[in-house]
This record gives sequence, structure tokens and C-alpha cells, in this order.
Amino acid sequence: MPKSECIAMLLAGGEGRRLGVLTKDLAKPAVHFGGKYRIIDFTLSNCVNSGIDTVGVLTQYQPLVLNQYLGIGSPWGLDRRGGGMHVLPPYVRSKGGTWYKGTANAIYQNMGFIEGYDPEYVLIISGDHIYKMDYDELLESHKRNRADATIAVITVPWAEASRFGILSVDEDDRVVEFAEKPKQPNSNLASMGVYIFTWKVLKEALIRDEATQGSSNDFGKDIIPALLQDGARLFTHRFEGYWKDVGTIDSLWEANMDLLEENPALNLNDREWRIYSVNPNRPAHYLSPESSVQSSLINEGCVVKGTINRSVLFQCVTVGEGSFIEDSVIMPNATIGKNVRIIRAIVGDGAIVGDGCVIGSVDSADIAVVGSGDRIEAESELEEVETV
Amino acid sequence: MKLPLMGVINLIHETEDMGPLTSARCLATVPFGARYRLIDFVLSSMVNSGIQKVAVFAHTKYRSLMDHLGSGSNWDLHSKQSGLFVLPPSMEDQSDFGKGDLYQFYRHRDYFARSPLEYVVVARSHMVCNIDFARVLEQHRARGSDITVVCKDWPDAVTGLTRKAKLDADGRIVDMQDHFGRLASDVVSMEMYVLRKELLLDLVDTSLAQGKDHFVRHAVMPRLGELKVDAYMHEGVLGVVNNIPSYYKHSLELLDPKVWNELFFEPGPIFTKVKDEPPTRYRAGSAVVNSLVANGCDIEGRVEGSILFRGVKVHKDAVVRNSIVMQNGIIGEHGLLSNCILDKEVEIRSDQQLMGAADLPYIALKRKVI
Repeated sequence: MPKSECIAMLLAGGEGRRLGVLTKDLAKPAVHFGGKYRIIDFTLSNCVNSGIDTVGVLTQYQPLVLNQYLGIGSPWGLDRRGGGMHVLPPYVRSKGGTWYKGTANAIYQNMGFIEGYDPEYVLIISGDHIYKMDYDELLESHKRNRADATIAVITVPWAEASRFGILSVDEDDRVVEFAEKPKQPNSNLASMGVYIFTWKVLKEALIRDEATQGSSNDFGKDIIPALLQDGARLFTHRFEGYWKDVGTIDSLWEANMDLLEENPALNLNDREWRIYSVNPNRPAHYLSPESSVQSSLINEGCVVKGTINRSVLFQCVTVGEGSFIEDSVIMPNATIGKNVRIIRAIVGDGAIVGDGCVIGSVDSADIAVVGSGDRIEAESELEEVETV
Repeated sequence: MKLPLMGVINLIHETEDMGPLTSARCLATVPFGARYRLIDFVLSSMVNSGIQKVAVFAHTKYRSLMDHLGSGSNWDLHSKQSGLFVLPPSMEDQSDFGKGDLYQFYRHRDYFARSPLEYVVVARSHMVCNIDFARVLEQHRARGSDITVVCKDWPDAVTGLTRKAKLDADGRIVDMQDHFGRLASDVVSMEMYVLRKELLLDLVDTSLAQGKDHFVRHAVMPRLGELKVDAYMHEGVLGVVNNIPSYYKHSLELLDPKVWNELFFEPGPIFTKVKDEPPTRYRAGSAVVNSLVANGCDIEGRVEGSILFRGVKVHKDAVVRNSIVMQNGIIGEHGLLSNCILDKEVEIRSDQQLMGAADLPYIALKRKVI
């Protein structure tokens, strides 16, 4: 097998429990985002656009939809000879076999896969985040610093710092302290969950961590602190740009709304950094004579006969006459009947909303959610979160 | 069961009068329907029918064709055993270029000979329709036809250039004439011919040996008495798109949701080369009605009764009316377009106005800046 300088390991096992009915049959990386994409498209596209052509995707919870979506990686140009994308689920060995116990354990269990490519460096990323990043710059900075590990960081507001893994650095950006969700943060540099390791160092750390009693086998909680304690050369690489964890209904809704700004921080139209996805290959969307669409994103295959305001419509959504949709996200293949009002809501894929329904409300603090495949009877009124 | 049918999309001497739209491309790759090329309709129909082996007999200006078709993966034709075969003309010297399509059929006869499939459908690229060829073959076998020609009963005035056929009471074709003929009949030929491969190869050899080199004109039309040539009536929507009026007319017909749904989904979906464009962005103040809009567009102005291909930008206070704007077109602020067809990458600068007539759209050449 050819030697690769740097290969990527993409952690895609996230359960996304806080996304509720949207992840009932779906791993978090497979959740729909941005009118066309699934969350994992961003990291896979980043890999390809950064020149990384070998990606191991570690799956765990609800892998069916995700596996089917990923296929052999062709939509991202990752069906490559001597590399490409490989889905790596937990597997049974002759002496048993286990579920991935933590992020570090997932990599530990796949050391054989990594060794097959004999890489100098391994990029560890997660399929839970939305951002566009050139991993090659991260790799260059890793090499320049002769680092053992380089952690991509982003500046967060001080008030929110206690929600993240926070790193304190010296004037050379070398890490001096790491604190996971500190109550009193000493810095506002947050780890993005994007790491480059010199493989030799990581391999040793993984073996040691596996042998450590009581370890949670997690990168943030165990591997990074252990390396820091050993005096390993840990550096940060500062990222500027849009980065969002869409782990909750609110953040998923917000991230979609962010795209509707006049000049969105996350530019999906950059032809130099395309976000690839499985194209539904559906006809251009049709807006009827009575339709009105403002400040919205609309994908292929939609038929819109109502009014759409500040909303995101995924592929093949139909909206009947007299319906009004505002500040909402309508996922693929949803059917919205006539004279429906949907405000501040997320409608899951394949959901059917009957004529005259009212979903969500301007006054509600919560985002109303209609679960994937749910059928809402005509004339229903649902202001609160759906828990079907 | 596997369908014992192989496809040929014959681009040799396709009848067309598309003017500037085919100045740098063949008819097969004229953009149509906001994101497709003409050839996508017959190609997708073949694939959806269960045909797994399709040859495209290319002839002239086929750079865009090769680029569009690629490995055939977008139509699921990148298989090991069969798949897509794009066959450019095979010539001894320049003089062969003017020879009829039968000459190229002869030169490409290995394509037929190497396959165990019993039947062939020979089609053209400019029939915009969605058709199940398995049903055509079913009728062909049930009736014991020698050749089955897909036809459509079309009492309205036909805008495109198409052959007409006259049928007897049993649906057998008794007369057939080229588009300029005077044959009085409501039945138009969709230029799709289903026949046994052996018969096709016989017709090729015999006709060439008789000094004749046009498939339909020389091999089929003179044999309407001797062979049993039957019509298969297509019930679905159809656009014969090979001149500017028909291009414009059938494009705007897509704004009828019934036509949109039938053409793009029934009986199967139409596939094309994917472009990885993001969803279309409608900005505050945009006003788009009765229009078909592909992905990757960015719209701030007004669009009515129009078709926008992928990546079109309509700036603030611009108006696009009854027009077709192909890929990456730009309409500047306060620009006005009415009854126009803009080829790919045309830019209409701010405050410029372009107006065609309803029956005679204005056409802007590829990459033109106005």
C-alpha cells in the first residue's frame, strides 16, 4: 500500500441525543443542514479540498442511513485507488469485540487501518461540526513547530468559555494548560475537536491510555491532558471563521438561520471551496405565480405555491397554496399542505403537514419540531416541541 | 429479467436549425430545462427502462458531449460489463465525413456484434420526453413487428422539425416523409426505432451495398411495404426541440407544474451531470414568480415566467421576464430582459435592456457582455 503523509480519521459515531426526534433513526453527522447537506459533508469536503485523500470514517450509533449516504465516497471524490474513504464500524474479533468506548478508543481499535498507510501524521476530526477549514495549513503549522500534537482553536466569548475545552498558551502558541469545560476559564481559546498528531506519538499515547485503569478513552479528557503532563510539544493553531457545533435543536436552527444573512459567515457559494454532497439529481425548483420568496434558501425539486420568508427548504419540499413559512427549516421530501402556518420550526424529512395546520409561534421561546416522517393531521395546532 | 435491448443515440446529421445555440456544441448538448442537456431525456429514459448498454454515435462539435457524459456515472452507466460507449466518427479520410449515418453504423458494427442483446433502439437526442422503452419492446414483440417507430399523435401545430407518419387502421405505418414533406397526418415520428439487431445489421449492409447511406431515408422509408413497420403511440408530454421557436416554446411549457412533474418524474427521473451547487439564495426584496430556478442562483431582483439555469445572478432592481438564462448568467442592477435566451455566462451590465419578441426571442451568444 502506498505511504500517505497524512490521513484523516473522522469520528462519526455521535448519537446527537439532544437533537431528539431528528436523530431517532440517524447519527448526528447524518443530520440535514443548509438546504442540501448533511453535517458530515463539511468535514469530508474539507478533507478533499485540503488535499487529504485517505479518510477513515468511524461510525457507531444508527449507522444505516450514514453508511448508505457515504457509499464508497464518490460524491466527495474519495473513491480513490490506494486510499479514499473507508467506513470503520466497531467489529467483532476472535476474542470478543467491543463498541467504541470513547473517541480515543475508536482510534485505538483501528490502529491497524492507520498503520496500513504508514502515515507521518494523523488528522483527527469529528463529523459533528459545521466549518470550512484548510487542514493543510494546520499540518504546515504542526510541522513548523515540530509539534507532537496541534490543536485547532477558536476564540470564543468569555461568557461561553466554560462550555468548551479551553487551552492556555504561551507566546509561541504552545499549550501550557488544558481544561475541559472549566468553571473559571483562564483563556477563551476553545478546542474545535480538530487535532493533528504525529502518528508515532499518538500511537504510543493510545496504547498507554488503553492500559490506564479508569480512563474514559477520550481525546479531550484523557489523551491531551496525559500528553501535556508528559511535556509533549502541544501547540495550538488559531482558526478564524465560522465554526458551529449543531448539537441541539436551537443551535441547528440557528446555524441554518445564519446562512440567510446578507453576507453569511459561512459562504456556501465559494467555488474554490465547494461543499460536496450526495446530489439528489432532481429538477430545478418551481415557484408558482402566487408564490413569494424572501431571504431564503431553496433546493432542487421543490414546488412552492405559498409564501416563504427567512427559511431553508431542502430538496423536494412541496408547499401548498396559501401557506406561510417563516424562520423555519423544512427538511427533504416534506409535504406542506394548503393554508399552513409554520413559524420558528424545524420540519423533519418526509413529514407531512396537513392543510390548515399551525406549527410553532412567534412568541414561543422553543423551536417547534416535527419529527422525520411524522404526519400532522389537518387543522392541528402545535406550538410546542413535538416529541412524537 | 434483463431487458434484451441495447441503445443507440444517433447524433449523425441530426436535423436542426438552432443557430447560435449550436455554433459551438452539438444539438445533443444544448442546455434545456434549467439544468439539463437535450440528450439527458432520451439517455435517462433508456436507463430507467432497464437498458444497460448505450452507445452515443457522436459526429461533430462533441467536446461538450464528452465533457457532459464523462464515464456515464451520472446515469449509472459506468458498469463493467456494459455501460456507456461514446463513439466518435470513424473515418478513412475527410470525404467520409459527409457520408450518411449508415456508414458510421457500419464502422461501429463491432459495438452491435459484441453484444448478445437481441434488440436495438436507435434514437435521436432532441426529443424531450420521458418514455419507457420496455413497453415499446413489449408491443414490438406482441405485434410481431419488424420495426417499431415511436410516434405521437399531435394535432396541434408542431414547432420543431419532425418527420410525419401516416398509419393504417391497425397502426402500421404506410407512409413517412421528412419534415418538409406535404404528407397530411397528425402523427409525428419521435425518431425512435426498435428492431432486431440482426435486421439492423442486414439493413446496414444491404443499403450500403446498394449505394444508399441514410438509415431512415434509405433503409426504412422505402421498405414500408416489404417490412412490417408499426407505430408505438407515446402518450406522455413531448417537445421536439431542434429550432429556436421550438426551444423557446417547449422550455416555457415547463412552467406548467403538470408538464414539470410528468416530464421530470414519470415514469422515471431524468438524470444529468451533477454540479455540486448550493441551494439557490433568494435575498430580501426578491420577487420571483412562475419560474423554474436551478441551484446556485443568487436572486435579488424580479423574475417572471422565466427559466434560470445553475449559478445565475439577478441583481437588485433587475427584471427578467419570459426569458431563459443559462448557466452563470449575470443580470446587473436595473437590467431588463424580456423574451430573451442568454447562452452560458452572458453578462448583462447594469441598466442595460434586452428585448425580444414573444415569437422571436433575442439570443445572446455564450460569454457575451452587453
